[in-house]
Amino acid sequence: MFIDYYKILGIDKSATQEEIKKAYRKLARKYHPDLNPNDKNAKSKFQQINEANEVLSDKEKRQKFDKYGEDWKHAEQFEKAQQERQQPAGSYTTGFTETQSEGDFSDFFKSMFGEASGSGRSKHLKFRGEDYTAELNLDLIDAYETHRQTLKVNGKNIRITVPAGIENGQTIKIAGHGGPGINGGPNGDLYITFRIGNHPKFKRLGNNLYTTADLNLYVAVLGGEITIDTLKGKVKLKIKPETQNGSRIKLKGKGFPVYKNDGQYGDLYITFSILIPGNLTAKQKELFEELSRT
Amino acid sequence: MKKLIPATELCANYNIGISFIRSLQESGLIEITTVEETEYIYVNQLKDLERIVRLYFELDINLEGIETINHLMQHIDHLEEEIAKLRNRLRLYEETEQED
Repeated sequence: MFIDYYKILGIDKSATQEEIKKAYRKLARKYHPDLNPNDKNAKSKFQQINEANEVLSDKEKRQKFDKYGEDWKHAEQFEKAQQERQQPAGSYTTGFTETQSEGDFSDFFKSMFGEASGSGRSKHLKFRGEDYTAELNLDLIDAYETHRQTLKVNGKNIRITVPAGIENGQTIKIAGHGGPGINGGPNGDLYITFRIGNHPKFKRLGNNLYTTADLNLYVAVLGGEITIDTLKGKVKLKIKPETQNGSRIKLKGKGFPVYKNDGQYGDLYITFSILIPGNLTAKQKELFEELSRT
Repeated sequence: MKKLIPATELCANYNIGISFIRSLQESGLIEITTVEETEYIYVNQLKDLERIVRLYFELDINLEGIETINHLMQHIDHLEEEIAKLRNRLRLYEETEQED
């Protein structure tokens, strides 16, 4: 894919070196990954800006780009460019610790100037490896108990312990499992963000769970006993007489496990939904009518 | 046990002066630990140090600017946490409405 470096930097083809430098600095400050953490668009944009600066701030490279720019697809010019290529574009760097990889350069850049080699840094400089981010999807039942999961990050299998009570959107850090350090520098870290799916019966807010339970009219009016589901199993519940529709009770300790607090649980809130009986027999209707007259 | 790296080694590695590292300490951006008159930095500060070096030398942002950026980034982190919590709360009520 052809990329117009002048367009990327927002400058004219007649821009001076000073103008190129100024434009590059302005955009670099805007899109630098340190100022836009976890922003893939900013990262991609920053790489394009660097690539544009690398070519346009070098007299020889700029000349080649100016000469072959839009017509690079013509084989004749392309082969000529291949023959005329002096050396691979090695000094593609801003000192940023991210390792440049195969897919990071436009095809045009690669075809004209070759792959960037070693990022142009001094081989003696050590840099910390880049941090990786990953997302792990769990359902509510998974998040209820501490368990181990294996995930693949950048081709490597990593086995992690997922603590019970992990929250939706929570991020944990696995130190040293990010990108490898440069020239012996320490590895970066791995940040895993958890996405907890919805459950058909239970809704979670923090450590508390919310659910509804259907009550038949007679139990609601006269009192009785029902069995309800919790995430830990079934529980028998005594229902007081004259329980109103929409009323709510709390079962202490039957909610969600508290993150990294073994044995501690939130509460379960149950809202009652009273079912109006249907398909009444004639006799039942008669009894209801009698009740309504009292 | 947290690993200590001599400040002079870091200076040689990143091609920066010791005075620069000391100025970072004065600004409260990193912490220098002195053991038997030798200055060290904990390895867990490397990430911050590298970021500061990049902002200072590559983007020409002065230390006051870097301090301000740090504060703003922390504020953004807090806001993002709050948004995540609010989204979780909203999920509870949105799902309840949909059931109706």
